[in-house]
Parts: sequence; structure tokens; C-alpha cells
Amino acid sequence: MGSYLVRRFGLMLLTLFGISVIIFLMLRLAPGNIADILFDAAGFVDPAEKAKIMEDLGLDKPLPVQYAQWIGGLLQGDLGYSYVSDRPAIREILPRIPITARVGGLALCFAVLIGVPLGVISAVKQNTRLDYILRVLSLSGLSMPAFWLGLLVLMGFVSYFGTIPIYTDAPQSFWAALGMYSIPAAVVGFRSSALMTRLTRSSMLEVLRQDYIRTARSKGASENVVNYHHALKNAVLPVVTVIGIEAAFLMGGLIVTETVFNIPGVARFLVEAIRWRDYPIVQNLVMYIAIIVVFINFTVDMLYAALDPRIKYSG
Amino acid sequence: MSSIDYRAELARAGANVEGRWSAIRFFARRYPLGAVGAMIMAVFLFAAFFAPLITVYDPLTTNSALSLARPSAAHWLGCDFMGRDVYSRIVYGARISLAVGCGSMSLGVSIGVLIGLLSGYLGGWIDLAAQRLIDILQSLPLLVMALLMAASLGPSLHNTIIAISIPLIPYSARVVRATTLSLREQPFVESAKAIGMSELRIALRHILPNTLAPLIVLATAQFGSTILTEATLSFLGLGIPEPHPSWGRMLSESAAEYVRTAPWLVIFPGLAISFVVFGTNLLGDALRDILDPRQRS
Repeated sequence: MGSYLVRRFGLMLLTLFGISVIIFLMLRLAPGNIADILFDAAGFVDPAEKAKIMEDLGLDKPLPVQYAQWIGGLLQGDLGYSYVSDRPAIREILPRIPITARVGGLALCFAVLIGVPLGVISAVKQNTRLDYILRVLSLSGLSMPAFWLGLLVLMGFVSYFGTIPIYTDAPQSFWAALGMYSIPAAVVGFRSSALMTRLTRSSMLEVLRQDYIRTARSKGASENVVNYHHALKNAVLPVVTVIGIEAAFLMGGLIVTETVFNIPGVARFLVEAIRWRDYPIVQNLVMYIAIIVVFINFTVDMLYAALDPRIKYSG
Repeated sequence: MSSIDYRAELARAGANVEGRWSAIRFFARRYPLGAVGAMIMAVFLFAAFFAPLITVYDPLTTNSALSLARPSAAHWLGCDFMGRDVYSRIVYGARISLAVGCGSMSLGVSIGVLIGLLSGYLGGWIDLAAQRLIDILQSLPLLVMALLMAASLGPSLHNTIIAISIPLIPYSARVVRATTLSLREQPFVESAKAIGMSELRIALRHILPNTLAPLIVLATAQFGSTILTEATLSFLGLGIPEPHPSWGRMLSESAAEYVRTAPWLVIFPGLAISFVVFGTNLLGDALRDILDPRQRS
């Protein structure tokens, strides 16, 4: 276990190094840097002034130097300056994180509270009308683009209240925040709950086919005891392991939903920064997302090894 | 050589069928949701191939007199801000979705198959390197990876296809690698080696066909997700550029304003996306049940 942990940790660092190189190169290979964009917008080109801007932004240095500077800064908490606002990137990013974290956290609650029970019901009632309805519902949830669902909710708001919710001002109280963020969170969570339902259903079905379930039945355990005592406990473990997938899925939902609802969170900020080619913001945000995803997967792997006694890892 | 034996499946199910049509009828009865999915896909393909035959108006012709016209007998689904017929744009939009869906899926799956086959069959340091590459590609959410790719390549049809195909590579690579690893030790591979067949020929002729079933299931599922990703990229303004009638682009940010003034511009393109993706998902589920017995519910 110990050596497995060390090896797995080493691989995690290697993956993060790889992704940092890819993120860095992708943004540098992009046609047109911030200096070009600023000058296109201004409508004139003075080569000397452009060179000055490139120098100020560090864009004239060789790529390895730029990369080393970025990673060095990242490790010390210095994320560079936003090209667009000319403020430290960390001051742009930090205040937006709590907003996205709230919406994302609420969405995850929705997804788990709705998705897991529905998945269990669907599996227990396999091939009944209820199962078919739940399967079609979860599949249609997954088939709907997240931004369209958001637009439909906005449309509902317009027809019932004549207005759409506005997210530019920070909410005053906890309950105000809960009320405000629960709408977009429900939109994000609905799709994630559909994914949850499907994963729980297949995991539960897998378990229900095991021999020990047949044994439990044959010794006369009631249907409820079999389903909820014997099966559910074992079915939930694999569902926990896909939290990494779930988090990545949630992230996609947050990006478009924050854009549709005009929520000043960090996910919408990423899209804006990409449009503006604001490298310091984009590369740091994407790197953070990668760190979160990789770390979640690492933690889940460790948890899985710790929780499931059947799994023994050799170094 | 095909490794998917439908006849065995049919015989096991007790279906007394002869000929292709009765086999199709049997599958439709046994997998009603899959049949619905196949029908949706047929409508989608029909619209994409015969777009000029089933529309009256050009999808790109603007007409200021018809700006934001409501749905009417002449324009079933209304007109957009530039006075372009929404019905025509949705029908022609099927071509974009089909192009992106097929393009990204085949590109992503081909590269994934190549990596998976090399990594599983040759093993050693190639396998190690391929595994790390896959880990790296999977450490970003699909949409974030596609966003980064699309932003770096610039908006165009080709670039969108490439941008969406990259995050798909790990999935097929993993499936093919896992299957290849288990096949490599099979007696038929050893006998092929014994009679002096080249490694390349064994990999392509004997290993690859046996990975086909899980690949078909995966490819169908990915087809839907490429269409969704394209719509999302175009919605965010980083996918297919104007004037192409992309469904996602039709819903681009101005859509938040049309929610108040012209709801038909929001409802119909979104319905088209959901409908097609729903179809591929239904079909994908049924194919998984048919082709992958371990997953059978």
C-alpha cells in the first residue's frame, strides 16, 4: 500500500507536468497573441510600441524561459498579471472562486440526492414501466445541451415573472444566496443527476447479479433487505469512484450555465479569458482545473484501496 | 472477417428468423428504445443528405423585412434576426452536426485505436509512454480540453473537428488496449506467430477485428457527445463561425435576449440538438446490450 501510494503520487506529478507543458504550448501556438489583438482593436500598428508591449508582457523571451517563469510563479502563488485588466491574475481569479464553488457544490448535492435514489429504484425495478421511464428521463437529461436547459429555465422565468434573475450583485444573506444560486445549480445538477442515475443503475445491476445476492434471497431475506442492506452498500462504492468523472462533467455544466445566467464566477471567466487570449488567466485556470481533477482521481484511488478490502496493490 | 456474430445472438434468443428484414424486426421488438433511436438517426441522416429537397428557402439568404418574424405558414419555425428561415437553417444545420460528429469521432477513434493497439500489442516503453499520454489527455474535462484546443486553433469547421477529436482519443485507446492485452495471449495469436505471420499483419488482421464490438458501442456514444460539444463550442463563439447554420451558433449568446423577444429562436435549434443526441444515446444503449454481453441488463 505504501509503495503503491508513492508510485501513484509520482505518476500524478508526472501527469501534471505533462498537462502544464501542453497547456503552455497550446496557448503559445495560437494564432495571434494579446499584442496582436490589442493592436487590431486599436486599428494601428507601431512596431516599436508593439515590441515594447511584448517586452512588458515577457512575450519576447524564449519559450522555455517563459515556461520556467510561469511554473516558478505558480509554485510561489504568483500567477502573473492579467493582460486585459492589468491586475494580478490572482486578484482576478480568487474572488470568483467562491461563487462557482457554491453553485458547483449545490449542483453536486442535487445530483447525488436525486441521481442515486433514482438509479437504485431503476435497477431494483429493472424492466418495469418505471425503469423505462427513468431510463428515458435520464437519457434525455444527458442529451440536452446544458446551455439550452439554462435558456429554457430563463424562458420560464420570463413568462412567469416577466424578468430574469440577475447575478451581478453579491447576495446579502445565506438564505438569499441559497435562493439565488439554487436555480443555476439545479440546471447544472439536473444533467449530473442524470449521469448519476445511469451510473448507479448499472452498478446496482452488476451487484444484484452476484452470487451472494442469490444466497441472501435463498436464505429467505426479504426483497427490501436484499436490495437495501446487501446490494446498495456494495453498489455505492463504484459510484464513489466516478466522482472524478462527475466533477469533470460538472465543470462543463458550470462553464455554460454561468455564461447563460451571467454569473460572475470563475467558470464563465475562463471563457472570457480564452476569447481575449489572456494567457496568464487561461493557463492558470486550466492548470487549476487539471490539478483538481487529477487530485480528485488520486484521492478516489487511495480511498478505493483503503475501503475495498478485496483490492490489494503491490508496489 | 467479422467478429460480431448476429446469428448466434438471434439463435440464443430463440428468434426463428431468416433474412435481414426479419432480423431487423426481431431486434426492433426486443430493443424498442434502440429502434426509436435508429429511427431518429434515420430522420437526421435524411435531413442532412436531402436538405435542398425538403427546404424552400436558402439558409444563408438574409431578408431584413423578415427580421425576427414569428412562425407562420410561410416560415414554419420563424426567422432569425437577419431574416433567415429557421427551418432551413435547422435542416442544413444537420449537415454541420453530421460532419462534425463523423469527422471528430472517426479522427478521435482512429488515433485512439492506433495508440491502443501499439500500446497493448507492443507493450514495453511504448505502452508506458502511451499510458502517460492518455493520463494527461484525461486530466482535463472534455469541454475544457476542447475549449483550449478550439481557442488555440481558431474558429473554423476543420479546427472544430480537430479540437473535439483530441479529448476523445483516450477512451478508444483504453478500450482497444484492454482488449488487445487479453487477446495477445490467445492461442490463435500464437499460432499466427508460429506460421510466421508478421507482427503488423497479426495486429491488423487478427487483433483489430476482435476489438470492433466495444469500439462500435463507444463510437456511437461518442457521436452524441461530439454533437453536444460542437454545439457548446459554437454557442460560446469558439466553434463553427458565421454564416454556417450550426445549431449551437444559432443559440449563441444573443439567445439570452431572444428568450424575451423571440422564443422560437431558442426552442427549435435546442430541440434539434437534444433530439439527435437522444437518438444516438438510445441507439448506443441498444448496441451495447446487443454487442457487449457483459453489460447486458
